[in-house]
Amino acid sequence: MVEVHLWSGLRRFTDGALVVPVEAETVGQMLDALVRAHPGLKPVIDAGVSVVIDGEVLTGGLHRAVTAQNEIYLMQRIKGG
Amino acid sequence: MDVTLGMKSDGTLTAARAEFRMQGGAFPGAPVDMALFCCFAPYHIPAIHHLGYDVLANRPKCAAYRAPGSPMGAFAVESLIDEMARELGLDPLAVRRTNAVREGMKASYGPTFARIGLEEVLDAVSAHPNLQVPLGPNQGRGIATGYWFNHGGETSVSMAIGEDGTVQVSVGTPDIGGSRASIGLMVAETLGIPYEDVRVNVVETGALGVNEPTHGSRATFASGKAAVVATGQAIREMCRRAAAAWDIDPEAVTWRDGAAHPAGENAGRFEPMTIAEIGASMGKTGGPISGHHEATPDGVGASFGTHVVDVEVDPETGRTTVLRYLVVQDAGRAIHPSYVEGQYQGGAAQGIGWALNEEYVYGEDGRLQNPIFLDYRVPVASDLPMIDTVIVEVPNPGHPYGVRGVGETGITPPLPAIANAIHAATGKRIRHLPITPAKIIKAMQGRG
Repeated sequence: MVEVHLWSGLRRFTDGALVVPVEAETVGQMLDALVRAHPGLKPVIDAGVSVVIDGEVLTGGLHRAVTAQNEIYLMQRIKGG
Repeated sequence: MDVTLGMKSDGTLTAARAEFRMQGGAFPGAPVDMALFCCFAPYHIPAIHHLGYDVLANRPKCAAYRAPGSPMGAFAVESLIDEMARELGLDPLAVRRTNAVREGMKASYGPTFARIGLEEVLDAVSAHPNLQVPLGPNQGRGIATGYWFNHGGETSVSMAIGEDGTVQVSVGTPDIGGSRASIGLMVAETLGIPYEDVRVNVVETGALGVNEPTHGSRATFASGKAAVVATGQAIREMCRRAAAAWDIDPEAVTWRDGAAHPAGENAGRFEPMTIAEIGASMGKTGGPISGHHEATPDGVGASFGTHVVDVEVDPETGRTTVLRYLVVQDAGRAIHPSYVEGQYQGGAAQGIGWALNEEYVYGEDGRLQNPIFLDYRVPVASDLPMIDTVIVEVPNPGHPYGVRGVGETGITPPLPAIANAIHAATGKRIRHLPITPAKIIKAMQGRG
């Protein structure tokens, strides 16, 4: 079980929850599980989000392992200049 | 942009709220999200509320330029911090030091910061002689801090050992600020050979593989990291060739100073085999030697910067002259310091343009009146003093040479730094950019 911190604008899709626990062993499984638990998140996740694990913004890696010990945040997709 | 801050009498920030409304043309895409991520990022604030609106309007499309959104957010927040510090009789630099984020603290946008260098940046600012220069009449000093991320992104790099022992490196990130030289230095350092023996070329996708372009302050970080990994592959192969020649186990060979060496006394006594010797014989020892690495590199390192600017405002004309300008920024490790300095200076110059000159001017008919650079005034060399720089080095643990992205942070602090300096010089707080002579005159006459 991992805990995923969402940005506050997503609360309307998660019954008000800012932290959503899901069963997942990888980033990809985590995103899929979020959509299964809260289908309203699908368009947001499909449009692209940044996944931040232990303070580091991942730029790829759906196969990246996640565990209960990781601090995980979703952020709106970070765009560079 | 509306910003509310809670600040104790000692300068400690207690709460913050930002409401930004940004328009970026007729379709969604204004960088309001990035502006909100970055605006409070330098500070540890217990309670934060971000609210952003992406406003659609019949205006030109906006696109990424440098740290998209962050300069605007910094203008709002850093101006208010300056205003509150002055009202409380506090040193604006000390207020920033009091609230500065460091490793292990929660970023304003959620996650926990890894190793960052803001405190070291502020210490270097405090120690800089520019802060001791006495100011004359109509002169003022402004300070501001800014933040930007670092991006990994799809990256492919190849490197090949030549038959003369020189090295060709192929990258897919166009060089817009010295990345080829920096990548060449990293490859040379990894191999232990002179920089002059490494040539870095920017090649096309068909020759190399997919690459994201040069953006997100990523070229030296991402292509550099991939180049180091690719070089490691070639080194392992060269050690294997030496081991075969010496008839010893490849694990008993080590690489240093541009040559394969027996790893120790037990490996046997052999003269080092140089990269030139291995390159010259590679056709007879197993064929070409190269390295290739594809990745979306992790380990990004964000960068904070603080700028200090002294200006003089002519009370008759409202013209602002930039007297001296200081950029202090964390580079992680500056692989090629002159190019890092160039990034700092370029960012500052662009930001100064936004602060003082650059704007779209529309006519009554809604047409843009200044669509070319003859009319859209960007700063030129004669507008600017020499921009002083201090490269702070707090290595990024996620990169083999400690690199952070340095390209974009530099454009973030100039907008508020100059606004704060103009306030210090005139007593007038101007809340709309650019701060043109007309706005200054209007403010000084009590009409704005």
